[in-house]
This record gives sequence, structure tokens and C-alpha cells, in this order.
Amino acid sequence: MSLYQLSKLLYELNRDDTLKTRFRADPRDIVSGYTLSEEEREAILRPDIGLLYVLGVNGQILMHFAALCGIEWSDYLQRMRDGVKQHGPVRAGIYAMTTSVDEKIAGA
Amino acid sequence: MSLVFSGVCSHAPGITGRAARAPADQKDALYAVFDDMRARLHAARPDAVIVIAAEHFANFFMNNMPAYALGMSESYEGPIEDPEWLAIPKRKARGDLSLSQRLISEVQQTVDVAFCEEWRFDHGIMVPLHFLDPHNELIVIPANINCQGPPLTPLHRAWAFGEALRRAADAVPERIALVGTGGISHWPATPDSGRINEAWDRDFLDRWSRGDKDAMLAYTDTETYAEGGQGGFEIRTFIAAAAAAGGKGTVHHYQPIPIFAVGCTIGTLEIV
Repeated sequence: MSLYQLSKLLYELNRDDTLKTRFRADPRDIVSGYTLSEEEREAILRPDIGLLYVLGVNGQILMHFAALCGIEWSDYLQRMRDGVKQHGPVRAGIYAMTTSVDEKIAGA
Repeated sequence: MSLVFSGVCSHAPGITGRAARAPADQKDALYAVFDDMRARLHAARPDAVIVIAAEHFANFFMNNMPAYALGMSESYEGPIEDPEWLAIPKRKARGDLSLSQRLISEVQQTVDVAFCEEWRFDHGIMVPLHFLDPHNELIVIPANINCQGPPLTPLHRAWAFGEALRRAADAVPERIALVGTGGISHWPATPDSGRINEAWDRDFLDRWSRGDKDAMLAYTDTETYAEGGQGGFEIRTFIAAAAAAGGKGTVHHYQPIPIFAVGCTIGTLEIV
């Protein structure tokens, strides 16, 4: 479990356009610069937004990574919900889901 | 010279980025009250505006997280987000290095504030500036309270930060305005985005409007998290703005807009 490293990768990716370009060209190379578990590494590379959410990535960082991956807002929200359905409750952090997996919140 | 304006507003990125998806009447009403807030702010003829934000990992991260920070640069750029995603074009906002240095020196008498010669604005500052300074005319001094990465600063320290900003504003010859930006209850960027606890919001705004310091500081983070979500931690910015003003608040607008993920709020405070 290296949520800090995982979050730091996404934080740096979100604020650095050069890193974004390098990530698009060779994501495995960028990811190798961080000490991640196999699960975390795969979650980034797929990308599996739902699993990243369940692993505890702060939503303020995750929503920009989702946008970077071209994932539209409502789809982003649904992928997190699907992630909880598939992988279980959020494991760390302060962005846990408070509603049930099949619930629809207005605005989504 | 003195603090000449203190107000609060929401800063949710959906307010601009997902504007087209909101009910038009609700969006238009909010935008109109933002226009009104802009008129009030500019009528106070500020030489600079301090924006107390609760930023979202644009500049500060858990490798070195300040509880309180103030910008100390001649200029700042933003938004850090994709301008198309936020629907706000990039700009370079003017800062004032000398004014920042003087404000920070006075704030440091009571609050150990971090200072930052680099600061890139995220939606927490850009959404307010988009409405309150559309022509990029104002001198901006960014301030931040960590509301994202626990452990979080206690509410009574947020109050002390507001008081320190007031003392600093009163100590410089410039006319200083202050805008606190944040949400009340919200669960942003989670699957629960759009959940809003209106009753909790209205109770907080009641305490805020009365200028009731004890009531505002009575929340525990456990209670806030349960009732107001992780977004509720941003009440610190409203509390600091109230502490700086010292008087009663007026809520000009409160309307939950789920696609904006927050109860959209605009208020001003009496400077006492």
C-alpha cells in the first residue's frame, strides 16, 4: 500500500504539462519512477478510475486525471460507483462513498 | 488603510465548467448575484483583494503541507486545470510583492503562515476571479487554508488567521478587500457529487450571519465530515472571513445546484 506515492504521481501529472506529454508517450516509464504496488501500477496504466478511487486517491486529484484520460463528468462519477461495486468500499482517505452502489445522486 | 470589504462565495468548478447542464433559471440567478457581489466589491475601491481559498492540490501536497499560506509574488497564473474543462481562460493575475511582504510580516505576529513566491491558481481562486474580476484588473493576494489533507488546522486557528489578516490589512496604507471561498456541505469529486445537506448549510449560515464565533467554532471535524462531507471542511474560509470582518453577515444567495455539486452561496460581512 503506497497511496502517498500513487497520489503524488497523479498530483505531479496534473500540474506538469511536460510530464503529461511524457506520460502519454510512455506511461510505463513515468510510473516506474514511483514506488507502487502492482495493483496501483495497473490501476494507473489501464486506467481503472474505479480502482484508483477505491485505493483512496483524493477525488480532487482523481477528477483531473479522469479528465486527462478524456472521461466525461457523469462517466467519471459512474466509474467510481462501479469501482466500489467491483472492488469494495474505499480503503483509505476522506473521499469515501456515502451512498449505496446503485444510487443515483442528482447532478450525476 | 483598512479592510474595506469582506465577503464569501462558492468556487465549485461546475459553476463555470458545467454551466450548461444546470437549470437555466438557477444558473442565471446565481450569476446575477455574482454580478451584484462584483459591484459591491469594486464600489469599495480596493487596491488589492485577498482571496482566502481552500485549494485542491494545485500547489500544496502532503510532502510539505502548510496549514496557512500567503502568496508573495508580482504575478500569479491560472487556472492550473484544463481551461476548457473549467471554461475559464488562462490569465496572469497581478500580485504585489511589497504589499504581500508587509501583510505577511504582520500576520506572522500571531500566525506562522507559509509564504509562496510561486502559486498557480486552481478553480478555488479562478472561479471567484472569473466573476469578481472579469477584466483582470485587481491586484490579488492569494491566501490558503489547508482543508484537504488531514490533519486539518482547528477552527479556532482559522478564526485567528482571519483576525491576523484583518490586523495586517488595517496596518497597511492600501485599501484591502477580502473574499473567502469554499463550500458548505458537499461531497465533490466523489460518486456522491451533487449531494447537499441544505439543513446543515442553513444552520451554518445562520451562525455565520449572526457573527456567532462560539457557534461557528463549535463544530468538530467528525461532525462536519458526517453532515457536510469532506467539502464541509472548507467552512474554515467562511470562518476566517467572518473573523476578519468582525460584524454580522448577510447571505445574498443560497441555492443548492446538484450539477454544481454545492449549495451555491454568496454573502458579505459588515466590517466592524
